[in-house]
Amino acid sequence: MLNRYPLWKYLLILVVLVVGLIYSLPNLFPADPAIQLSSAQGETLELRQVQRVESALEENGIAVKASEQENGQWLIRLRSDEDQLSARDIAADVLGGNATVALNLAEATPGWLQAFSASPMTLGLDLRGGVHFLLEVDMDAALAQRLEVNASAMRELLRSERIRYRNTDVEGRTLSIDFASSEDRDNARRLISRDFPNFDYASEGSDRASRLVMTLSDQTVSEIQDYAINQNLTTLRNRVNELGVAEPMVQRQGPSQIVVELPGVQDTVAAKRIVGATANLEFRLEARNDTPTAETETHVFRNDSARSAELMRDVIITGDSVSSASNSFDENGRPQVNINLDGTGGTLMNRATRTNIGRNMAVLFIEHKSEDTVVTDPETGEETIEREPYVERGLISLATIQSALGNSFRITGLDSPTEAAELALLLRSGSLAAPIYFVQERTIGPSLGAENIERGLLSVQIGLLLVVLFMLARYKVFGIFANVALALNLTLLVAVMSMLGATLTLPGIAGIVLTLGMAVDANVLIFERIREELRNGLSIQQAIHAGYERAFTSIVDANITTLLVAVILFSIGTGPVKGFAVTLSIGILTSMFTALMVTRAMVNLTYGSKPVKKLWI
Amino acid sequence: MKPLSHLQIDFMGRRKLAFIVSALMLIVSIGALAFQQLNLGLDFTGGTLIEVRYGAAPSLDAIRQLMVESGFRDVSVQTFGASTEVLIRLQQAFDPDVGSDVVNLLRTSGESVNLVRAEFVGAQVGDQLRDQSGLGLMVALGVVMLYVAFRFQYKFAIGALLALLHDVIIVVGIFALFQLEFDLTVLAAILAVIGYSLNDTIVVYDRIRETIRTSHIDNMPQIFNEAINATLSRTLATSGTTMLVLVALLLLGGDMIENFAIALLIGIGVGTFSSIYISGALLLPLKLSREDLIPTRKVVDEEEEELP
Repeated sequence: MLNRYPLWKYLLILVVLVVGLIYSLPNLFPADPAIQLSSAQGETLELRQVQRVESALEENGIAVKASEQENGQWLIRLRSDEDQLSARDIAADVLGGNATVALNLAEATPGWLQAFSASPMTLGLDLRGGVHFLLEVDMDAALAQRLEVNASAMRELLRSERIRYRNTDVEGRTLSIDFASSEDRDNARRLISRDFPNFDYASEGSDRASRLVMTLSDQTVSEIQDYAINQNLTTLRNRVNELGVAEPMVQRQGPSQIVVELPGVQDTVAAKRIVGATANLEFRLEARNDTPTAETETHVFRNDSARSAELMRDVIITGDSVSSASNSFDENGRPQVNINLDGTGGTLMNRATRTNIGRNMAVLFIEHKSEDTVVTDPETGEETIEREPYVERGLISLATIQSALGNSFRITGLDSPTEAAELALLLRSGSLAAPIYFVQERTIGPSLGAENIERGLLSVQIGLLLVVLFMLARYKVFGIFANVALALNLTLLVAVMSMLGATLTLPGIAGIVLTLGMAVDANVLIFERIREELRNGLSIQQAIHAGYERAFTSIVDANITTLLVAVILFSIGTGPVKGFAVTLSIGILTSMFTALMVTRAMVNLTYGSKPVKKLWI
Repeated sequence: MKPLSHLQIDFMGRRKLAFIVSALMLIVSIGALAFQQLNLGLDFTGGTLIEVRYGAAPSLDAIRQLMVESGFRDVSVQTFGASTEVLIRLQQAFDPDVGSDVVNLLRTSGESVNLVRAEFVGAQVGDQLRDQSGLGLMVALGVVMLYVAFRFQYKFAIGALLALLHDVIIVVGIFALFQLEFDLTVLAAILAVIGYSLNDTIVVYDRIRETIRTSHIDNMPQIFNEAINATLSRTLATSGTTMLVLVALLLLGGDMIENFAIALLIGIGVGTFSSIYISGALLLPLKLSREDLIPTRKVVDEEEEELP
């Protein structure tokens, strides 16, 4: 029999459509503007405090829709978007310093839909406002840092074995040590190569110009770079969490870049200071009078550039060994940071201080910065901007070691309570394994976001309406089939995007609109073919059958090529291009399903195995 | 010979005229690209862009003057959409704080100024993006060509590739000619045009292949005419619906996707023309013959068996 589907095909189509409907429904319930309250210590706020916030909001004429507790945080849902900012300020005033108040959009999906774990599409920054940063991780600095640590350990080793060396030098991925004789160099090479297998060793020169050159192997370099990126990702996530932003995104992009998106944040300056801060601490001993100059460095004080001190080049520990840190004031009301070290850090600190009681220990504040200079190419006259990274080191304190230090101690000498608080935050969240630089930044105001959604939706609606009218006018009854398929296509597209957790962006909406225009293509191909077969004198049933069969290869070829382009777009694209590619690819797949299967089912149900006199096409 | 469609336009007979029109468009496009160059957007050049909203329409000259007096170089100030929205562009890169600086500066004149968006793109990112986009375009064209060569025959692949290059050059050329801003979304639109125009071309090719197999004449121009006429109503219907939607997007979608819609509209217009004229007509100078499709005979047989 022509034009009949077996029952299982109808059932399959029905199941797909029902599933599509369920997972697309949550998008009809717009998220509530909300403020999110959590205590700074990570505990749940007491109900009493939340009630105080609620009554304060009501006094200021802000309508509260509901409040609820989830994952140790309180969400207060508001009635209107406009109240969100003032509500945050009021809540922050009421709760004071020991709570974090953040803006949030709370899902409003009804419970029965949540039971299917259905949730709406997440909106991109261009639709909800916020800041977007693109950060470049300085891989050269990551290598240099690692080499410095190795150099320090090697010097330690050589000293303990009483091998005399003259100079250590770090350049690119090589580390070289000068010796006064070939014999010392060969002994050193034997010792060092046993403990540091990651280097390729080479001996250069002889006698007084003996030199041991160690180069990191390719594999080690890529390991160090991966480690640097992953460590930075973790640190940035910690920092962003400390900022109290709801639904932040911190993601690796390409070999050396990191994307940070903070929805709802408008104060970019503060966000950037915390995200981009590269501050760290180093604890070092002051040099003795008889220390050889090859082992010392001179540093000036941060708050008094006239004062300086001669320090050992070797570092006892860095801020990386800090397990927790908080800020407070000392007896004289000056800001201080209380530090707890982890196990290894504590042991190292204890060992270093125990044997050096009476000596001075210095705390160095380190910041990675960069400076841009415009360089004009003398030949072409082209201006390029060169970034010159540099490290700023300044002493924040130099104090006599009174007794052996353990796991916890405090440091003073900071400029202001704000600086102490930020330093504590940075030490808590961990330092960056390699310095980072901002290479791209976008701030989208919340009003622009709302406007984009409104305009996007309007153009989807109008575009859909135009296509529907066109198809009706041209294909009559078959136009109805195509239009039903188009509506189902939109439903499925939204459902798949929600299920995949894809982010909807403005170019994504453009992709949806374009997909709608192109989605009818398959049906147009089929319907034109049916018309043609009718003109060629086939019977109605044969014409329908032949129309679907013969159009099939064209449809598949045409869609596969478009899909190939969409996939390439996705793999090379960033940001807006990616969003567009995602909707386009999903749209191609869903439109093939609806055009080939769903309209066929409708046509079969209407015309299949019945005598039909005239086809309204 | 039974007519395959009620419409019979002699497309191939007028192919010389079509080639001349295409050649003219290509020359103008390439000329525009060479002499005017593309007005590359922030995404590619790097720099800073600040969009602010004033309470009342401000004087652009005053803003420009204020900016220059405060030491900003290469300032471009223009309204964006409404007269109260002002877009300020600065070529100076790598100063991420400039956004808030500018807003504070504009506020000093006592007017209410709100930041709508601030974008900052490092020059390095722009370069990287330009390289990446060029590479992406090449890869897309290459993969598509391979697919067409595999599904059809290499002469079809050459025809399709030339038609696609034709479309891309003309769209980019028009952007250069009218100095429309070429940013990332426009690049996405061009890739979509490639997909779309290819879609059109494949449908025509599919029909050419089918007609070559089923008809018994060897007159290629006549076969092409039949195939193109048979798909003509489909081509126009699909372009029609897509363009309807794009017009809606252009008029209602807002300023941020205006250029995206323009690029697609031009692209689909040119793509429709090229799938009718260029990709089909190009097979004639490439001397496509029935024998070219013989190696695919085995595939052909299988496909034909499925037909009733």
